[in-house]
Amino acid sequence: MSELSFEDVTVRFGRLTAVDGVNLTVPDGTVVGLVGESGSGKSTLARAAVGLIRPSGGRILLDGRPLPRKTRPLQMVFQDPYSSLDPRMTVGDSVAEAIPRGAAAGRAARRAEVTRLLELVDLPPDRAGLYPVQLSGGQRQRVALARALAGRPEVIIADEITSALDVSIQGTVLNLVRDLQRRLRLSMLFISHNLAVVRYVSDIIAVMYLGRIVECGPADDVLLDPQHPYTRELLAAIPGTDAPVEAAVADTEPADPHHPPAGCRFHPRCPIGPLVHPDRRACLEIEPVAAGHRNGAACHFAADIVVRTDRHQPV
Amino acid sequence: MASPTAAMAPTLERFADNVWLRFGLRRLGRLLVSVWVLLTAAFLMIHLIPGDPVRAALGIAAPPELVAARREALGLNDPLWLQYVHYLRDLFTGDLGVSTITGLPVAQVIGDRLPATVELALGGFGLAVAIAVPLGLGMAVLTRGGRRRQAELAFTSSSVLLAAVPEFLVAVGLVYVFSVALGWAPVAGRSSPDSYILPIVALAVGPAAALARIVRVETLSVLQADFIRTARAKRLPDRLVYARHALPNALTATITIGGLLLSGLVAGTVLVENVFAWPGLGSTIVQSILAKDYPVVQAVVLVYGLGVLVVNLAVDVTLALLDPRSTIRES
Amino acid sequence: MRSRWGSVLRTPVGVSAAALLAAVLLLAVLAPLVWSAEADAIDTGSILRGSSAEHSMGTDNLGRDIFARVMVATRLSVVLALVATSIGVLAGLVLGTAPLVLGARAGRIVTAAVNIAVAFPGLLLALFFAVIFGVGATGALLAIGFAIAPGFARLTQTLVARVAGLDFVAAARLAGVGRARLIVRHILPNIGEPLMVNATIAAGNTLLAFAGLSFLGLGVQPPAYDWGRLLGDGLGGIYIHPAAALAPGVAVVVAGLAFNLFGEAMAKGIGRQTAAVPVRRWRRPAATPVQRVPGPDAVLAVEGLRVSFPGPVTPVRGVGFTVRRGEAVGIVGESGSGKTLTALAIARLIEEPGEVSADRLQFLGKDLRIGSGPALRRLLGTSLAMVFQDPTTSFNPTRRMGRQLAEVAEVHQGLGRRPALARAVDRLRAVRIPAAERRARQFPHEFSGGMRQRAMIGMGLMGTPALIVADEPTTALDVTVQKQVLRLLERIRADDSVAILLISHDIAVVREVCDRVLVMYAGRIVEELPAADMHRLARHPYTRALLAAVPDMTTDRDRPLAAIPGRPADPTRLPVGCAFAPRCPLADEQCVREDPPLVADVLGHRVACWHADLVVGEPR
Repeated sequence: MSELSFEDVTVRFGRLTAVDGVNLTVPDGTVVGLVGESGSGKSTLARAAVGLIRPSGGRILLDGRPLPRKTRPLQMVFQDPYSSLDPRMTVGDSVAEAIPRGAAAGRAARRAEVTRLLELVDLPPDRAGLYPVQLSGGQRQRVALARALAGRPEVIIADEITSALDVSIQGTVLNLVRDLQRRLRLSMLFISHNLAVVRYVSDIIAVMYLGRIVECGPADDVLLDPQHPYTRELLAAIPGTDAPVEAAVADTEPADPHHPPAGCRFHPRCPIGPLVHPDRRACLEIEPVAAGHRNGAACHFAADIVVRTDRHQPV
Repeated sequence: MASPTAAMAPTLERFADNVWLRFGLRRLGRLLVSVWVLLTAAFLMIHLIPGDPVRAALGIAAPPELVAARREALGLNDPLWLQYVHYLRDLFTGDLGVSTITGLPVAQVIGDRLPATVELALGGFGLAVAIAVPLGLGMAVLTRGGRRRQAELAFTSSSVLLAAVPEFLVAVGLVYVFSVALGWAPVAGRSSPDSYILPIVALAVGPAAALARIVRVETLSVLQADFIRTARAKRLPDRLVYARHALPNALTATITIGGLLLSGLVAGTVLVENVFAWPGLGSTIVQSILAKDYPVVQAVVLVYGLGVLVVNLAVDVTLALLDPRSTIRES
Repeated sequence: MRSRWGSVLRTPVGVSAAALLAAVLLLAVLAPLVWSAEADAIDTGSILRGSSAEHSMGTDNLGRDIFARVMVATRLSVVLALVATSIGVLAGLVLGTAPLVLGARAGRIVTAAVNIAVAFPGLLLALFFAVIFGVGATGALLAIGFAIAPGFARLTQTLVARVAGLDFVAAARLAGVGRARLIVRHILPNIGEPLMVNATIAAGNTLLAFAGLSFLGLGVQPPAYDWGRLLGDGLGGIYIHPAAALAPGVAVVVAGLAFNLFGEAMAKGIGRQTAAVPVRRWRRPAATPVQRVPGPDAVLAVEGLRVSFPGPVTPVRGVGFTVRRGEAVGIVGESGSGKTLTALAIARLIEEPGEVSADRLQFLGKDLRIGSGPALRRLLGTSLAMVFQDPTTSFNPTRRMGRQLAEVAEVHQGLGRRPALARAVDRLRAVRIPAAERRARQFPHEFSGGMRQRAMIGMGLMGTPALIVADEPTTALDVTVQKQVLRLLERIRADDSVAILLISHDIAVVREVCDRVLVMYAGRIVEELPAADMHRLARHPYTRALLAAVPDMTTDRDRPLAAIPGRPADPTRLPVGCAFAPRCPLADEQCVREDPPLVADVLGHRVACWHADLVVGEPR
């Protein structure tokens, strides 16, 4: 049993609120995909989860208990494999460093453990003596995965792990991630801006906008029957999708996280909001809540959609 | 959101959003803190001297009564915080004390000596910039993308050499060649216009060489920038690409790095003045340190420090004018 | 790492600097043993003599031999410089790593103090400390040491901050690595080299500074002497006896330069790991016959396009295609495939030392291979629009947006400032930038990423473009903004039948916008096919693998994605045969031996694969 949950987590940097009262649960053995645009706070949430950033409010719990300080049940894989490995260390040393002291005592045991970990990520163990510069981007990302697994984590946070890779490499890393997750029954928070990638690996999908989770539900529900207008915008923005565009919000600008709008944060871009329906004053003044809506959609008119949405989006 | 605050919010917002105002306030705050640190450091300098500064200044042979009297006169027997308060009060009333050697008011000594140093520093600064900017820019354009490797090598090695030779050695060399061997310029002193030439040249050579290198390196990196490619894609004539797009950006980077160099030039006057017996603050401070004339030393350190702070302020303001982004950058 | 230091010694500057430095250090050790007696021998019979057979540099005011004294002074000068540097470097390291050791709050105070101190020039700080520590060698030692400390602390802070911000440090923290080990194992090794370079240069500067203090009489006190002291003593008599001032001066400069040059050489050797290779001209292979004559509606016709760099590397190896009026053509490829260089070469934006050659390069019927006159410049400036990948860096940060657009009209259409700006505002409006008039007065950093990219497109519309070359125009943008930019491009194309050449790594983007797709691999086009039906029509194994490896919204989630083994081709090490052969499941001996030609079938699809016929049906 290992369930990661965020309870009302808030992260502030000075005047900027990057993560604002997030509630999210990563159930045991499932992959939760987190999507959102740049500046939505998804990477900040990841860093807060593993303790690289201290949240300004709320709690992060593992199986209902605060995260232990001694052991490290949460591990993270970073976006850029070129900066996430120390260039002055062999990849074997980098992996060995992450093996907990108790797990493998003695030099030989540690070496055996490194070999096991490298094999786990489909790397020949003889690569242990190489420096990161001698590996390709995909291989480095495998090493980063091996290092994350070395601490025998219960939850893995994967932050945009394929976006720095060439397209022909992406596939193999995604295959590996999915394979490992199923074999080791890991819980995973998988962060990406690419909805197709998230869809491929995730059981549950959460959508983040300006520091808030605006929708969260089983992958198929969110993708086939999105409740929040922003989720639908994201789906419509996927190249190759033809969706009619609401002229009033067609060329609106993405919001500035430093100056979040009042009321519903999505209202300046919302195709069902006050720009299109001038009578919807609530969006301007009142913050929508997730409770009571399908997929926890934080939208005043989410219920409105449920009634009318019996036709599915062509996904 | 309560309604009364909502009404005030726009004004506050606009106030906070005025980048120039915020930049001005932040910069002013930093200046004030720096000035305070400088004043305090100059105060502490005297108090950190091991032993009794009065005894040190008057010599071991001085009678104890004289030392005690002088201590009393200087207020050295007061508690430290009181001395600090008096020190600050005196500074703001323009009272810098009296030289322990000559008995002249320190303010008068500074007033006599400061103009000569300012002339020298401004002349050196002007000359260094006048040489460095065109030279660095020209070398960058000529040697961009690995062109003319010979010229590049000649430029970099000679500029390393010139930048490494300290001012006072340049000064000695210049004196030897132009005054002693050729007899073209006076050896020392500040009299006729031609007596300015050697000191200013001596002061400017090193910074000019260093600055020219920086200008070249910065221009080269700007020429690599995406927006230069954009300018080329617009098919602008070369002169516009360099003058409008490369130069302003190379200058902003140059000023950032070169600013330190220029405040170094303020300090460089000390050595040059001593070579040329220039009647400025530089020769004064050295004589005062050697003579343990602490009130004068303290005042001159303050003047130099303020000079440096003014140079830094000028650099930051120039940067803000040239590059609008620097007003919002936290520093 | 060893080889890097070796490479320092292989450059001529490095060797001479190292030799000079070794000589100075050796002299510091040996000179006092050899010349001490001579240097201290007072000879009242020959005071202040010029150079003679006995005294090569003459004598000083006590008749002591100046040459011997300069030699002997080497030890004290060098030792003082090294000790002062060590004090400074050590103090700087302590202050510089303090934020890391003490934590954020105490660190901020140290940083602020260092920032104030670093604004003051070293000499001023040295004078300040000289007052406190008193006149003399020890005082000067501490004064100079503390004076260089802030600069070193700042450098250390910057380097530490840069390394500490990298993800591998975060990863090490997550792995449970303690603070001390973090500094020793991860941070210091990664900042060591630049610190050593700077310490060496600092030693040179310290030597010069010490000479300065001694020269002023604040440093070494008689009877001890270093070069600065000798210089100061000699200066008074420079009229009658120049050697006494010049000899120590030369010694100071040579020793200072030895340190400085060695430091510079080290910096160069570390910074540039691959030494410059002599430029070899790319020899053009026998001209391949031009297969097709571009039709009258061709906006752009390219045949046999090659781009090469000294090395020699040829990242673009014979690319040919045409773009017709109002047509949208996409180029797809991974990093290193040469797609961006192809775009730059077409736009004549490859700079020296890159070289472009082509059998045909025609834009609107004009041969772009010849000539560079104002007429051609106007044609390209008004008819060929470029959109680059990163809208943040592609605008001049110091000029207002409106002016950056307006200068196109000023230069190519002869418009005055005011009408040009009016046109710029009009164009910004055309690319749907709200409040265009106000926006035109703003600087690029006040625009959002999507707005900047639209302004870039607007800049291309200042003239009347026949072709827009867009190089990864949406890669830096969020998906919703990407959609806006792609829609804008499509609208421009539809309204004025502007042709578009869209370069992207993202097949989905290209498929959405384009009619035809060119797939590039290792500098060649390996397949050309209609965009609409790629899945069905793709015949090259690379194209098919690419289509299968990238998940889209219809990918079967229960099956693994197709994998392409190996890594993208390295343009500096291309095989003789097909560049894709090492990763290709169909590769056989012929593929390894011979590069397959790009062959067109009856429908005009082109494919470069010996086994294209084996591939049929859906790729997955």
